[in-house]
Amino acid sequence: MTIKGKAYIAGIYEHPTRHAPDKSTAQLHAEVAKGAIEDAGLTKDDIDGYFCAGDAPGGLWPMVDYLGLNTKKLRHVDSTETGGCSYLIHLGHAAEAIAAGKCSVALVTLAGKPRTGPMPPRASGAEADFELAYGATTHNAYGMCAMRHMHDYGTTSEQLAWIKVAASHHAQYNPHAMLKDVVTVEDVLNSPMISDPLHRMDCCVVTDGGGAMIVTTPEIAKSLKKPLVRLIGHGEAMKGPRGGKDLDLTYSAGVWSGPRAFEEAGVTPKDIKYASIYDSFTITVLMQLEDLGFCKKGEGGKFVADGNLISGVGKLPFNTDGGGLCSNHPVNRGGMTKILEAVRQLRGEAHPKVQVKNCDLAIAHGTGGLLGVRHAASTCILERA
Amino acid sequence: MSEAKKYNAPVTNPETAPFWEAAKAGKFMIKRCTTCGEAHYFPRAICPFCFSDKTVWEESSGEATVYTYSLMRKSPTGPYAIAYVTLKEGPSLQTNIVDCDLEKVKIGQKVKVVWKPTDGAPLPFFTPA
Repeated sequence: MTIKGKAYIAGIYEHPTRHAPDKSTAQLHAEVAKGAIEDAGLTKDDIDGYFCAGDAPGGLWPMVDYLGLNTKKLRHVDSTETGGCSYLIHLGHAAEAIAAGKCSVALVTLAGKPRTGPMPPRASGAEADFELAYGATTHNAYGMCAMRHMHDYGTTSEQLAWIKVAASHHAQYNPHAMLKDVVTVEDVLNSPMISDPLHRMDCCVVTDGGGAMIVTTPEIAKSLKKPLVRLIGHGEAMKGPRGGKDLDLTYSAGVWSGPRAFEEAGVTPKDIKYASIYDSFTITVLMQLEDLGFCKKGEGGKFVADGNLISGVGKLPFNTDGGGLCSNHPVNRGGMTKILEAVRQLRGEAHPKVQVKNCDLAIAHGTGGLLGVRHAASTCILERA
Repeated sequence: MSEAKKYNAPVTNPETAPFWEAAKAGKFMIKRCTTCGEAHYFPRAICPFCFSDKTVWEESSGEATVYTYSLMRKSPTGPYAIAYVTLKEGPSLQTNIVDCDLEKVKIGQKVKVVWKPTDGAPLPFFTPA
């Protein structure tokens, strides 16, 4: 069985806020749900599947009740939690459920307020006594990946900086972007060192907000008014230090999720017109591009340099909303916004200055957890139908 | 680094208690599977490679090489160097490089285990050999 073409993204919504001290987290979930349902042209009573992750207050029971979903109709739920890529996995799982007839209109929500208040500590597993004392954070866990990548492949800070430069070129056209100023390689290199070798501008923004999508059957999608966007391939994978054997931080679980998605879709990286790549840090993008096969392992630095990721300039337009590096990184989880901009591109609804011409095939890919410690990856291949 | 950073005592559990007991005697223990011969860290009852339950404790030399590191400069408790080091016996593990000029930590550098006290068992860290 395949999910190829079995599910369509019929509604999308990205909350315009980046700072929401006046709202509750549950309220933000409701606002993005409402936005996505209205974008699809559906009603709340049409929802018969609901997906949320660790950012949803209390998880499924409280969220279903708070949102007032029709529990006589709701027949499929999923709270898969894989950090920032949860929503990419939700999209794949929603397609599986739809293909199996377990639901027909699935709602996926993400929302939260890390800028307003402290986030709950990351849950730890059996490794807690053997790792927590060493202070792994997002910054230094990704810093360790970058450090080893530079050591093994000669990747430079200048090359990493190009990723931020490209994101900033796109963000200038996004009225909601948190950082709208175009920056240069020098600006990135001159920003303060946070965790070697990552500078402040190698890091994504921290934003309140959220996003949501509606995933549905081909029949229902075709009955609605939005341009048709369907999922044609999905992959998911996990990676960790695995008992400390053959540790290699220069690649991610994307080396497995990517080929799974491309194989299902029957396309290759060369066919992709637009790429949404999770950009928690610049190194995240560089490693993912290699792992997904857009260039050879170790050649990511050369690939991203000189504007190759800038829409209208380079060969692979990426994160045309400004991405997590400049626009939005709601709840420190970038997977949802990666899907949303890919759908905008396929619909032809991206900003005219960054809209990719004849954009009929896109990838949305992300990782979740700590790339240098334990993480998940998920890849979605989306097509204009 | 003269000011001593305060670390929480390990919680421990029946599976890992022997590691922490040995730590109190200054011994750094790893686990080895007698079925597949592979060593692993952190210690598990069941081998994470071949899933055999024939795992035994083994004292590590405590000698290791820095695989990678990152000097975290934005921390309320001051800069610290997180790292992965690869033990002479094979397994790599997460740690901090301590008691040295953190600006001089390098990939490939030889390091050795040192212990830092807690209210319970001490915690293993690594310092230039």
